[in-house]
Amino acid sequence: MLASSTIAALRKGITAGDITPRDIVLDVAKSIETRNAEIGAYLSWDVDAALAEADHADITKPLGGIPIAIKDNMNVTGQPCTCGSRILSENYTAPYDAGAIQRLRASGAIPFGRLNMDEFAMGSSTENSALGVTRNPRDLTRVPGGSSGGSAAAVAGDLAIAALGSDTGGSIRQPAALCGCVGIKPTYGRVSRYGLVAFASSLDQIGPVTKTVEDAALLLNHLCGHDAHDSTSLNVEVPDFTASIGRDIKGLRIGLPKEYYIDGIHAGVSASVQAAIRQLESLGAIIEEISLPHTELGVATYYVLAPAEASANLARFDGVRYGHRSSSAGDLMEQYTKSRSEGFGPEVKRRILLGTYMLSSGYYDAYYIRAQKARTLIRNDFTEAFKKVDVILSPTSPTPAHKLGELKDNPLAAYLEDVFTIPVNLAGLPGISLPCGTVEVEGSALPVGLQIIGKALDEATVLRVAHAYEQSR
Amino acid sequence: MPEAHQIDIHHVAKLARLALTDEEAKRYESQLNGILTYIDTLTRYDLDGVEPTAHAIPVYDVLRADVPRPGLTQDQALSNAPKRHADQIQIPKVIE
Repeated sequence: MLASSTIAALRKGITAGDITPRDIVLDVAKSIETRNAEIGAYLSWDVDAALAEADHADITKPLGGIPIAIKDNMNVTGQPCTCGSRILSENYTAPYDAGAIQRLRASGAIPFGRLNMDEFAMGSSTENSALGVTRNPRDLTRVPGGSSGGSAAAVAGDLAIAALGSDTGGSIRQPAALCGCVGIKPTYGRVSRYGLVAFASSLDQIGPVTKTVEDAALLLNHLCGHDAHDSTSLNVEVPDFTASIGRDIKGLRIGLPKEYYIDGIHAGVSASVQAAIRQLESLGAIIEEISLPHTELGVATYYVLAPAEASANLARFDGVRYGHRSSSAGDLMEQYTKSRSEGFGPEVKRRILLGTYMLSSGYYDAYYIRAQKARTLIRNDFTEAFKKVDVILSPTSPTPAHKLGELKDNPLAAYLEDVFTIPVNLAGLPGISLPCGTVEVEGSALPVGLQIIGKALDEATVLRVAHAYEQSR
Repeated sequence: MPEAHQIDIHHVAKLARLALTDEEAKRYESQLNGILTYIDTLTRYDLDGVEPTAHAIPVYDVLRADVPRPGLTQDQALSNAPKRHADQIQIPKVIE
């Protein structure tokens, strides 16, 4: 089955003339048609369009002929872009390619299929999608994580070779951990945000979800790079990330933040991560305890900044230029209010209200500015830690996948699940999650994710450590 | 920051251009007050004199060359408009 293969293996097959891009698209389509009804990773997929592209694919290019599934918040010309929301599901067709999609195409890849997500990427379970349920392929009674739950479920369930996700507070890494695949959030500014529907602009970053670390490196090679359409895009050299993998990690210094290894982590998650630490030590890495003293501020800081930025970004959905327009509105103000109230789901409304309150007159300094100051302390913690170590290691998520519906009425408990991933976004650093074992829960073997955090722009070392660990297992 | 949070949910909803049912207003009010109490963690640290961080990896004065280039056509730009009249987006009457 080609759909269960990797980018690296399929590229070898294509180059050798053993398989064609058409074979791959047909096999992925077959896998989607067979299993998507139960997993719900995809919201839509256009086989004919992908086949037309496959037949014209330039197989001499580095990702030539490889179909990549796309989270439904990135614009691809002629395709829907629902963001998992009713406000965009009726009548929006993307009129242009996002920057990351332009780069994928330039490398020969074929964007194929639209993946489910928490509405506007707000959530950690994909249960906030207004357009359907996504189930964890390892246990169909459980969530796939989120917000890029469709991306992780598709890749882990072999409904895709690889996928793109977006990560604002852990939305690539956490679902990758819960589904048992690899997900990397690059340094903020590495991948263009042009054409990615904005959630929290100072935190959002696109990245790959893959089956192997090598595939993550391959895909990252062709996603990164400066884009004049995104003023926060970094104009820096992009190394060949595949060159860094395969090197040993003898003498490499790995930090364990003492604030991360605390009560509240699921015992099975803790055991898997401890075993991974010993494994890395046996590969020659030097393990050191470090301190990130302001860890406690991470979630609170995030839940000021992200909703505040979201409330401003989502003001554009007013029923005027695109998206849902209420059919029962009298005047313009009523059109705004009704279109938004009918179009947005409960979690999006909750965060818009929270953000609006915190940015409103009299509260801006107390919340927004205060949180930006806390962000400085969190960022400084990492700067200090990286004077002592090369990478930082933690669980990706404190718990394995929950049952569907388990955290439904407790938004704060759900927010606290992101405690290890959020600080990485606040500090703009690269972070990867890769599988490090499973934990037995009620008869299911649920995947556990290991998070490796690197210095800004040092994805190469993150990938090197991840690959060394992956290959030693 | 106030000690006990009492968010005026109707005022905030109006600012956010959201219409809430009574049931929604009650639920959001209670949930948001709970979240704001958690966010009070931020008041436990002395943040006086700390510089705020807007972006983790700041870049300054980003300019592009001021030259004409192709963009969306009028038809493409209007293609997603919920209601269109000739080459314009139609909205309810604003001026009597």
